[in-house]
Amino acid sequence: MTTTFAATMASIAEKFKSAVLADSDGVADACIRVEREELLGLATELAAKGFDQLEMVTAVDYRDRIGLIYRLVSATLSASLVVRCDLPAEQPRVVSLAGIWPAADSQEREVLDLFGVAFDGHPCPKRIFLPDDFCGHPLRKDFESPTLIRRPDLI
Amino acid sequence: MPDQEFNQELVVNVGPQHPSTHGVGRILLNLDGDIVRKAELIIGHLHRGIEKMAENRTYLQVVPLTDRLDYVGSMYANWAYCRAVEKAAAIDVPERAEYLRVIVCEMQRIASHMMSVGSSGADSGAFTVFVYAFDLRERIVELFEQLCGARLTYSYVRPGGVAFDAPDGWADAVLAEMRKLPTGLEELDKLLFGNVIARGRLKGVGIMSTEQAIAWGATGPVARGSGVALDIRRQDAYSVYPRIGFDVVVGDNGDAYDRARCRLLECFESVRIIEQAITQMPEGPILTDGIPRLIAPPKGDAYARIESARGTLGVYTVSDGGAKPYRVHFRSPAFCNVSLISRLAPSHVLSDLGVILGSLDPVFGEVDR
Repeated sequence: MTTTFAATMASIAEKFKSAVLADSDGVADACIRVEREELLGLATELAAKGFDQLEMVTAVDYRDRIGLIYRLVSATLSASLVVRCDLPAEQPRVVSLAGIWPAADSQEREVLDLFGVAFDGHPCPKRIFLPDDFCGHPLRKDFESPTLIRRPDLI
Repeated sequence: MPDQEFNQELVVNVGPQHPSTHGVGRILLNLDGDIVRKAELIIGHLHRGIEKMAENRTYLQVVPLTDRLDYVGSMYANWAYCRAVEKAAAIDVPERAEYLRVIVCEMQRIASHMMSVGSSGADSGAFTVFVYAFDLRERIVELFEQLCGARLTYSYVRPGGVAFDAPDGWADAVLAEMRKLPTGLEELDKLLFGNVIARGRLKGVGIMSTEQAIAWGATGPVARGSGVALDIRRQDAYSVYPRIGFDVVVGDNGDAYDRARCRLLECFESVRIIEQAITQMPEGPILTDGIPRLIAPPKGDAYARIESARGTLGVYTVSDGGAKPYRVHFRSPAFCNVSLISRLAPSHVLSDLGVILGSLDPVFGEVDR
């Protein structure tokens, strides 16, 4: 971490109560964990501090919670950052960041489609890959479908 | 005659089976005369749930799935996935394998860009370009066939190295081809970008500013056409790229012309890279010894990204310590780039739609995953 980047991170972690700053987690140069109430504020601040590229939005189903992952890149700070935000597994709902980074638009729809996360304030909150009448969200670990046949566990 | 009847917008469905949609994508258009007012991209026709399938396979069994993402440039997804697994499981890669990866991926870039530049020709009324470009692509694909037996789905890059060493004489055959290739590329340059009709169809169409390209999440030639010097080969300097000299090609106007021309000019850079890589490539092993068949990375996350022909291709893996990935996600450049069609198409005439879509170079295998 360069000094300017580290300083930026520290000032942000100080400003947001729930934000926890951690070192690299294998995904980016640094990691910030935040509660969903503060996600929008944090994102606004990060965008203002030079994180102008939202590279990736995705999620992981940890069974007890849904973990959202935003990977940000800043050309000015020459650094990458991952923002993690956990949502409850039951009816996960979070604010959309498409207003800050338009790049989030299609990627949030993908998370909506495959994980069933509702994004408040999204310009087009619809499924993106699967038909509108599809039941369930396939990347959830508890997803069941008659056409989904699990491979026998050989290992 | 009441005016209202003529002022109504017409909703027209384009695709999924339409030659100018470049694959099985559908666009719902609101037309005012022949001016596009709104374009909604409807995708998913090729969604196979590859990320879900990956959760049910061992790490090695996922490699063939990655071939089926960007089927015009399978080497990239192979490599990006293997890099993520190598990071997760701390697997070393022999130097010769790194060079072979760079060589095949730059060859792949030429092959993939030829498909795209050729399509730009077909979109803009210069079909001859399409045929000429496919001739150049074919020469690369034949070299791939000699290397790994496959023409489209290679599974060539494996965790810890590559599947096969270059057969006798292969490197020389590649070098000989690289010496001939620039002539063909120059010919193509004149044929497409020197053609007054094609220029007229491509210039000033689908303009995207530098700021828009960054904010909208464009990567690869789509971003570089708008003057964003974003190239992961430079930014991350992965593999042996730091030892190789090449320039990042950027455009000025951010229109369909610049995006297509960036691709063509990048092919010259790829030729330079391949020539240097073959000269520098050492002898030695191509696969690290002792990699278990069941790779079980320690608990944790890994992320690796490479510069594919379409842009930033990232692979995110989550391991729970088992022999199957808990989660694999592909940050697909084609998906992010093709989404821009709904921002770029409005206010253009219907006949420019195919040109703009073609300039985003979507491969629907990677869009839908």
